[in-house]
Amino acid sequence: MIEIPRIPLGQGIEALIEWLVDHFAFATKAFSKVMETGLTALQSALQFMPPWLFIIIAAALTWWLTRKRGVTLLTLFGLALVWNMELWAATTSTIALVIISTLVAILIGVPVGILAAMYKPVDKTVTPILDVMQTMPAFVYLIPAIPFFGLGKVAAIFSTVVFAVPPAIRLTSLGIKQVPRELVECAEAFGSNRWQRLIKLELPLATPTIMAGVNQTVMLALSMVVIAAMIGAKGLGGEVWKAIQRLEMGNGFEAGIGIVIVAMILDRVLQKVGSRKNGK
Amino acid sequence: MAKIEVENLYKIFGPHPKRALEAVRKGATKAEVMDKLKHGVGVNNASFQVEEGEIVVVMGLSGSGKSTLVRCINRLIEPTAGSVHIDGQDVTKLDDKGLRELRLSKLGMVFQNFALFPHRTVVDNAAYGLEIKGVDQATRRQKALESLELVGLTGWEDSLPGQLSGGMQQRVGLARALALDADILLMDEAFSALDPLIRSDMQDELINLQEQMHKTILFISHDLDEAIKLGDRIVLMKDGAIVQIGTAEDILTHPANDYVERFVENVDITKVLTADSVMKKAKALGYINSDGPRASLRKMKIAGISSLFVIDKGHQLKGIVYAEDCSEAASRGERDIKSILKTDLKTVQADTPAMDIINLLHDLPYPLAVVDDMNRIKGVINRGALLGAIAERGVN
Repeated sequence: MIEIPRIPLGQGIEALIEWLVDHFAFATKAFSKVMETGLTALQSALQFMPPWLFIIIAAALTWWLTRKRGVTLLTLFGLALVWNMELWAATTSTIALVIISTLVAILIGVPVGILAAMYKPVDKTVTPILDVMQTMPAFVYLIPAIPFFGLGKVAAIFSTVVFAVPPAIRLTSLGIKQVPRELVECAEAFGSNRWQRLIKLELPLATPTIMAGVNQTVMLALSMVVIAAMIGAKGLGGEVWKAIQRLEMGNGFEAGIGIVIVAMILDRVLQKVGSRKNGK
Repeated sequence: MAKIEVENLYKIFGPHPKRALEAVRKGATKAEVMDKLKHGVGVNNASFQVEEGEIVVVMGLSGSGKSTLVRCINRLIEPTAGSVHIDGQDVTKLDDKGLRELRLSKLGMVFQNFALFPHRTVVDNAAYGLEIKGVDQATRRQKALESLELVGLTGWEDSLPGQLSGGMQQRVGLARALALDADILLMDEAFSALDPLIRSDMQDELINLQEQMHKTILFISHDLDEAIKLGDRIVLMKDGAIVQIGTAEDILTHPANDYVERFVENVDITKVLTADSVMKKAKALGYINSDGPRASLRKMKIAGISSLFVIDKGHQLKGIVYAEDCSEAASRGERDIKSILKTDLKTVQADTPAMDIINLLHDLPYPLAVVDDMNRIKGVINRGALLGAIAERGVN
């Protein structure tokens, strides 16, 4: 029998990441510090408020954004239940992580999506990368996050962003590509350059689709923030993780219900915001 | 110099247009190029001109390349070979900036499905070209409102396009092109998406607007009735090539080949035939100052007719006399026909459609006189001649 040597794929990737860590860890660690500061500020701002005030503000905001009684009541009673279950600190910590991760994901995803829609080569490079990113099990991202950012919340944010950015890119690009051909021709026929076409026609028309992408990004961010509890993200995911390790079924489900409540509120509110732009 | 000059224009779709172009130049047909080279022939050696102030309708079935042709003129589609001159300037040689300037200064375009921006109000849609041109907000609103008024949409300026009917939406599309003050309008199947009645109204309105504005209009249509109604000349296309160029009359009466003939055979002939194509030269005419009743009677007898149109020296139509009145006047010994002249005549112009003539001729005891703007007689139409003409051209 001929012996086929095993291809050292894993070793190669490991070597690459180690090399990256050796040469760039100073940058990522610095970045980590900045993020940590921002995150702490946001988190303490959220926790500084008394829970009842936060709940009222959140409900008012929901009403203002959606004009739906059901969703507003969901926000009001859902958050009240979370407070009652003594999961308030964990919940605000999770919300802060989701907000930061989503913002970073959108800041990266929307511009990349626009570039992918505008330039074929970008599209051709980005698409396979996104395919890999979306099929790779989420847990795998946790591993390289640690050497770059150290255990903790910033590593959690990094892996969350990697996990949550694909829909923002894909749907931004899709929204722009879906603008009817005749409208694009019209913009051209009336002398628009590429930039004017983007700003005056494509982005406004793509907004509902981009909002759908943002919605998905938020949802993915939430689910990843929970998983990232394994590398020290704490929050509601941390409660679940603790409950698993100690086999505390009640606590586990309570934290789980907290996550469901946050997810439902975010989803309903974002969907309304997206569809309202679409409606008129 | 013509306003638009298209010369030997080709458009080949596909990854390697040069090879296909050579084949087409050597005479390969659209189907052959598709089969053997897997390239589409959009436009095949098109040459024509549009004069200033003229409406030329490019007509053909879908897939005949008419929309591609019009897009080659403002280079929404890049021609493969050939040239397009607008006011003597070669459009195909312009760089991006020059092209954008040309589009903004000279070429307004109206689209089949209106192409209104759904997130902008009617007035902001109409002002789009001006906005790109860099006109300040107050001026462009002013101009956009003016052009909306031209198309009869005053009061709708702050609505969104989605709140308007199709006909009104296309008026906005037209207003957007007019607001640019460009002298050329490219209208790509502009009325094809509208209901027949609205379409007909819009056609009438375009004709009215054109009388005030004297734009140069290149109109794309697949509807022969529309082409006949609007076009000063018609360019007929098939498989990307131009089959015939001419007036509606030319195309209907002298179709260049079987294809054109089949294309035109379903046309309602009474809408196409106009007075000047069915009229005959008057067999005899009376002169008001020199002819008396007897001379008039004699002219009628020779020509075998029972009434006689009377003109003056300047060929202006003065009226008509009937044979019986003439003979009575002659027996009374009158030497003049002025007393028996009937002056309340029905007349038609050279471009009156046969459809209207049929209605006029009904119940008319005398033939119809065809006159020009100065009321000079050009010819006469009687019922027999009209029916004969319709029968002759209606049959293939």
